[in-house]
Amino acid sequence: MTISEVINQIKATSAREVVENSLRLARENDDYHALLSLTEERALQRADQVDSGQITGKLAGVPFVVKDNFLAFGAPTTAASKMLEKFDAPLQATAVEKLEAEGAICIGKANLDAFAHGGSTENSAFGPTKNAFDKERVAGGSSGGSAVVTALSIVPFALGSDTGGSIRQPASYNGAVGIKPTYGTVSRFGVVAMASSTDVIGPITSNLQDAETVMSIISGRDERDMTTLPDYFEVRSEIKPVQKIGLIKDFMSEDVEKDVRNRVNEYVEKLRSAGHIVEEVELPMAEYSLAIYYIIVPAELSSNLARYDGIRYGHRSEGVKTLAELYGKTRDEGFVTENKRRIMIGSYVLSSGFFDAYYLKAQKARTLLIDEFNKLFANHDCLIGPTAPTTAFKLGENTADPIKMYLNDIMTVPASLAGIPAISVPGGFDSSGLPVGVQLIGPMRSDASLMALARSMENL
Amino acid sequence: MTQISRDDVLHLARLSSLELTDGEIDGLASDIGNILGYVEQLNQLDTEGVEPTYQVTGLSNVWRDDKIINYGVTREELLARSHEVVDSQVKVPKVL
Repeated sequence: MTISEVINQIKATSAREVVENSLRLARENDDYHALLSLTEERALQRADQVDSGQITGKLAGVPFVVKDNFLAFGAPTTAASKMLEKFDAPLQATAVEKLEAEGAICIGKANLDAFAHGGSTENSAFGPTKNAFDKERVAGGSSGGSAVVTALSIVPFALGSDTGGSIRQPASYNGAVGIKPTYGTVSRFGVVAMASSTDVIGPITSNLQDAETVMSIISGRDERDMTTLPDYFEVRSEIKPVQKIGLIKDFMSEDVEKDVRNRVNEYVEKLRSAGHIVEEVELPMAEYSLAIYYIIVPAELSSNLARYDGIRYGHRSEGVKTLAELYGKTRDEGFVTENKRRIMIGSYVLSSGFFDAYYLKAQKARTLLIDEFNKLFANHDCLIGPTAPTTAFKLGENTADPIKMYLNDIMTVPASLAGIPAISVPGGFDSSGLPVGVQLIGPMRSDASLMALARSMENL
Repeated sequence: MTQISRDDVLHLARLSSLELTDGEIDGLASDIGNILGYVEQLNQLDTEGVEPTYQVTGLSNVWRDDKIINYGVTREELLARSHEVVDSQVKVPKVL
């Protein structure tokens, strides 16, 4: 389902009818557990305001879903955790406000791994989301719910957040388009923070044009998020006709599923047929990316999650006598095991005596990774490879071994650490009919040209 | 491979203001040990003289005018989300 199809439906019927239809589809598909709540009352009210002409804009009446780590009115913002199970947001995320200013209507909050810690949505405190193509398989994560509602055509687009692959990997597992913009492109104000140096916001859609539309609305400088860049995103109608593209050899080894490699190679052939030049390139630091990531990200999130203390808002443990007891018990009850695991690793790598060996070392290694990317971008327009080494795995398959779960992010974390744009586009299916994602990675602020290139390839 | 003992886990939990349920401790000890073992592969890299990257878009000290930004939310609305409020102040259990 595309945005323009929905706009035509609204013209032919009404915003109310279209929003009611989305809500009905959401209920009919509740066995996927993609949504944690529906914002029905507010959504219908806004739909009526669109129909009466009080609300106008480019997306007037178009329903969408946000990952439940975005503050939004009409339902609690839980971050899929017990900690925020009843948290009623006093304000809305900038990205949500910007979409509403164009008339879009949020109909619900999507499931995720609690606090976005995970790659399968199995770490949700409220149960996993199921894959849109096979209910015995994971939705991917952490924006699993956002990808599944888009894939099931409940809404034409959803917002997600991506710290190390959390938009791209679930988009890949569910045959959707997933955009991780350049760091700082979209305001993170009003989104539950995970790792401040890599967190980004982006859309999951069914095609590139819709992703460009959403990006053009949500991107830009926000005085409430001092890391945002001046607005540079604009939809490109033309693309550079002959692009030099690097196929990342390190992502195409025997460890990667054969079907995944085959689909990527087919996409490469399509690029060549369209006149582009694709050659193999090496990114040796890719091998170390996951190790860098699992030092920096736990360090940053252990700081960001320190705010959940049971005092100012969120869950509070009952029957405790001292402050220390209140902190400890509240955090025990409010976090899932993966949250605790990551917080404690963060505490370890930041603790005195270990800081230089882990955190500083990782930040230096990150520089080496960025240097390698910069060298490749000096004579390539963009890079290509798979989004993930496999298609969607079975529910429960990787839950016993955190490292096995983390390894699924091995192809998405490099772009996150470098802050550069990366997108996952549908690349066909494996032999079991599961979607394969192809990843395009570009230099800093090349988001618009990367998306234009992907759009030009859609119908070839 | 980094060995993480039960005591190490309890120490990290204290640093993190986390109580753990008894059943979690052994699992966390082996998981954290394995993860630290995995990330130690960075020791193979020569990072002598390499500057660390803390921020990717080159930002440092972003200044703005010293004016109040309207966040569209009142003090009362924020305090309403706290558990115990006395005279517009958040009350906490005794510290010592």
